[in-house]
Amino acid sequence: MSAAAFTGTNVMDIDAAKVRGAGSNVHFDKVSVAYGAHVVLHPLTLDIAPGEILAMIGPSGSGKTTALRAVAGFVRPASGRIRIGATDVTDLPPYERGLGMVVQNYALFPHMRVEDNVAFGLRAQGADRALIAERVRDALGTVGMSAFAKRLPRELSGGQQQRVAIARALAVRPRVLLLDEPLSALDAQIRRNMVEEIAKLHRDLPGLTILYVTHDQTEALTLADKIAIMRDGRVCSHGPTGELYRRPPNRFTAEFLGRANLLPVTVVEAAGGKGFARAALGDTTLASAGRDEKAGDRSLLCIRPQHLSLTDEGGHSNRISGLLREVHWQGELTHLVLDVDGTAVRVSTTRLPIALPEAGTRLPLFFAPADTSLVPEDAGV
Amino acid sequence: MSEAAVIGARPARVETGKFWILPPAALLALLFFYPLALIARQAFFDDSGMANVAEVTRVLHSRFFLNALINTVSISVAATAGCLIVGLVLALILAFVPFPGSRFVARLIDTFIALPTFLVTLAFTFLYGSAGMLNAGLMEAFSLPLPPVNFLYSSWGVVLAEVTVYTPFILRPLLAAFSLVDRGQIEAASVLGARPLRIVRQVILPAAIPALIAGGSLCLLLTVNEFGIVLFIGAKGVITLPLLIYGKAIQESQYQVACIIAVINIALSLGLFGLYRFAAGRLGA
Ligand SMILES: Nc1ncnc2c1ncn2[C@@H]1O[C@H](COP(=O)(O)OP(=O)(O)O)[C@@H](O)[C@H]1O
Ligand SMILES: [Mg+2]
Repeated sequence: MSAAAFTGTNVMDIDAAKVRGAGSNVHFDKVSVAYGAHVVLHPLTLDIAPGEILAMIGPSGSGKTTALRAVAGFVRPASGRIRIGATDVTDLPPYERGLGMVVQNYALFPHMRVEDNVAFGLRAQGADRALIAERVRDALGTVGMSAFAKRLPRELSGGQQQRVAIARALAVRPRVLLLDEPLSALDAQIRRNMVEEIAKLHRDLPGLTILYVTHDQTEALTLADKIAIMRDGRVCSHGPTGELYRRPPNRFTAEFLGRANLLPVTVVEAAGGKGFARAALGDTTLASAGRDEKAGDRSLLCIRPQHLSLTDEGGHSNRISGLLREVHWQGELTHLVLDVDGTAVRVSTTRLPIALPEAGTRLPLFFAPADTSLVPEDAGV
Repeated sequence: MSEAAVIGARPARVETGKFWILPPAALLALLFFYPLALIARQAFFDDSGMANVAEVTRVLHSRFFLNALINTVSISVAATAGCLIVGLVLALILAFVPFPGSRFVARLIDTFIALPTFLVTLAFTFLYGSAGMLNAGLMEAFSLPLPPVNFLYSSWGVVLAEVTVYTPFILRPLLAAFSLVDRGQIEAASVLGARPLRIVRQVILPAAIPALIAGGSLCLLLTVNEFGIVLFIGAKGVITLPLLIYGKAIQESQYQVACIIAVINIALSLGLFGLYRFAAGRLGA
């Protein structure tokens, strides 16, 4: 295999990628996918900026893998175009797209040593020996696996295998790194470490564009610059991670991304200018960050469990009360479940009154208007 | 007390366990080892019952034996190579190129194993024989006086028929091996820039090596001992060891010569089988 193995686009992009920070954007332009008559991805338009980590999350079967495989070239869109950088890749085979991919079960080549696994892509692209040796060393160093170069995959733990899989994908200096549930096969402790390592990896390679598919919101919240939440083959919300968490645009997002208490309220006074809206929960009036609700609208007041406190602190001007139903002590955190006018409300707190309250007690709950947001009920759900 | 009972019980169980080896061993001895021993013994005694070791040397150095040996080995090797190539290509297509009905085709090829081997040969005669469809058609189309296609009555005819009959024996283990290849590995290779041929060479074939060796050895074994196909085609000058044994024993009534050749044939088979076990063992198959 010689330089002839390169396609025009590959040579150009591999050279371009040598300059750190030169990642490509990914653009979905009304991409839809169907298996027979079964539409699993409704026309999707989405842009991943160069160097961005986009986490695509959603329940199982919502079409995340399908979207990722459309980028990789294993699923043919029924309509729409996919662009990576300046290239329309919709009609290109996977091996001409210049990507890296890591999947849940690692998919290492079992009969090749770690170093040969990592070298595979470069050899396939016809790189010369010196470059291969250098890149393999680099990639294994990046994932902390240099000491294992001569091992066979079966001689490694799951976490180590996944590091090798990541090194293998990085060695070709991909334009975009596709990760499909990369940590789902690992146990909790290793998964936490790996999330941090992927975050570090991206700090070291800030130009690398990453599409990270997961059903785990913690991974998404930790890693992603932006999140797209998938539901039934559609993106039901998309935005910067923090914003999506603080101001979920709909009920599904509020409940899927972290835990949320959603109190049914009626808007009493719209949020004028920079102020808060006022909303009624039964007889109680609460202040909340609003969107474009009008007085009289029914809405949901979203407040996260960790933002509710049992004691009145500075700025916690909202006050509700509820009957204590359950108490779960978990060491670092204590979880309480209260009944507030028929709605189950979760409270997570690090600080408790000296004596643990008993079930059946009526407790006041305090929270700050800035920690709340009004979320519209999802249409037609 | 209970310990004593356990200790007392154990030898009894071993005793009955030992006993169960007897029926199969007896059956094996009666049906397999005894005739084998008879053949081996007969190889050293002439047909009147006198010991005759010189005959062994004479047969082993004779033209007809050496020719048959060379024929057997070369036909068997050629047929096995053909089976491996055809089987590999077919298995790759059936396993990795999705087309409607691929499973049906795989099963159809599977049932081929159940058919008697000479059936294919018979079909070949109808197709490519002197009076077969191909020759008849060609003779009529070009008004030829003689059948133009007669490869069937040569070693090539035998090889072709054996490839047709024995390819399923390669196909079956290969399809099993391919079904275990993680599609994720193939996709990973593809994303990394590998084209289909490289994927076949570096990802799929390494996973199929045990199957190729197992299937290939089986083909070698079966083709070395093939009798029906060679007899049915009846190609002039294509005499293999089994055919030679048949000729000497049945047609010429030279039992000692037949038994000497049979012993060689058995040794060849067992040698191949040993090789197969050795290879399969080393590959952990
Ligand atoms: N090859 C396929 N043939 C038919 N349906 C499929 C195929 N792959 C996926 N699907 C369907 O597409 C939908 C989305 O699947 P997928 O993208 O894998 O979801 P996710 O990754 O979000 O769990 C599911 O309903 C699944 O059953
Ligand atoms: Mg999936």
